[in-house]
Amino acid sequence: MRPPRALHCEFPIGRPLGKPGDAAFQHDVLRRAFALLERESGPVLEDHPEVIVADEQPISCPMPARFDPDLPPAVDEARGIRGAYDRSRARRGVTNVGRAMDPDTVPEALAALKQIADGADWKSVRLPGKNTVAVTLDIRAYYEEAALELADGPAPGPRAAEAWFFEKTEAGALVLAARAEIKRQGAQEGIWLYMAPVQR
Amino acid sequence: MPPKTLGDTMLRAHVSALPVPEFAETAWTPPPPLSEARVAVVTTAALHPEGGEALTPFATTYTVLDASQRKLVLGHWSQNFDRSAFTIDPNVVYPLDRLDELAADGTIGSVAPRHFAFAGNQPDDVSAVRLDGGPACAAELKADGVDVVLLTPV
Repeated sequence: MRPPRALHCEFPIGRPLGKPGDAAFQHDVLRRAFALLERESGPVLEDHPEVIVADEQPISCPMPARFDPDLPPAVDEARGIRGAYDRSRARRGVTNVGRAMDPDTVPEALAALKQIADGADWKSVRLPGKNTVAVTLDIRAYYEEAALELADGPAPGPRAAEAWFFEKTEAGALVLAARAEIKRQGAQEGIWLYMAPVQR
Repeated sequence: MPPKTLGDTMLRAHVSALPVPEFAETAWTPPPPLSEARVAVVTTAALHPEGGEALTPFATTYTVLDASQRKLVLGHWSQNFDRSAFTIDPNVVYPLDRLDELAADGTIGSVAPRHFAFAGNQPDDVSAVRLDGGPACAAELKADGVDVVLLTPV
């Protein structure tokens, strides 16, 4: 494309400044980008010397014990982490939940996905927001924001919260099961594919 | 167990195979000295204030972000990137705190009063952004006296 000035950063997708919570590293990226302005002719394309790989190692995140065995596991789980979600939202003053529903509706959405995963006609199930992608983005945001309060150790690595959600939680497994069932029922690709990252 | 296929690896392989627009000439505008330059951020993370209007998937317009508004929502519709990073530290996508620091120590002249967010989900040729949303955004940047734009792709 030949843009006039580009600093190519081989960082995890979603982290264009490289490292969240690392002001020094972010300043290094900015310094290298702004240095391109000093060139007398272009186009200029340079590589940042550091490569960061998203290895998708799940975060270590202790979860509350089951409370109500009569509920679907994902619904019980979502209710159990509500306190952590609320603390996360209060600490940051903002939430990414709200595309299709509010946080109170997350358990209801998971119950709807359970019906779909169990074979109900996905078009007939009352899914909050009526948008499979928006619903799953809200569920992911609810869980990942809660996980930032519950996780041990340093800030999660790239795609670590994603790996935790899809590999370690009842809700993540349920989203994948519902997606597979919607696909099996013959829905258009756009309805089910983007309910989760494409590699999952 | 076989090694799992990493999402970034899959996405990079997909994107690298896409055709991209080819431009015969490269735009080249010499900026003022960085210590005198006004800097703005344009991101494709579809950011917007909580409760504010969100960009739809494939929207070709943009959201105007007041520099004083720092509590923002990641409105991008894709699941195919590390969404938690922005939650941990918005500066990893939208580095206004870093720009404030650079303005305070005199490295840059000033931080622009407004910044802009596009939707990263776009048709492969991004024709509508090139012909419509992009030039409109550029006009707003020029009206604000912006000299340097930092593009942060998501």
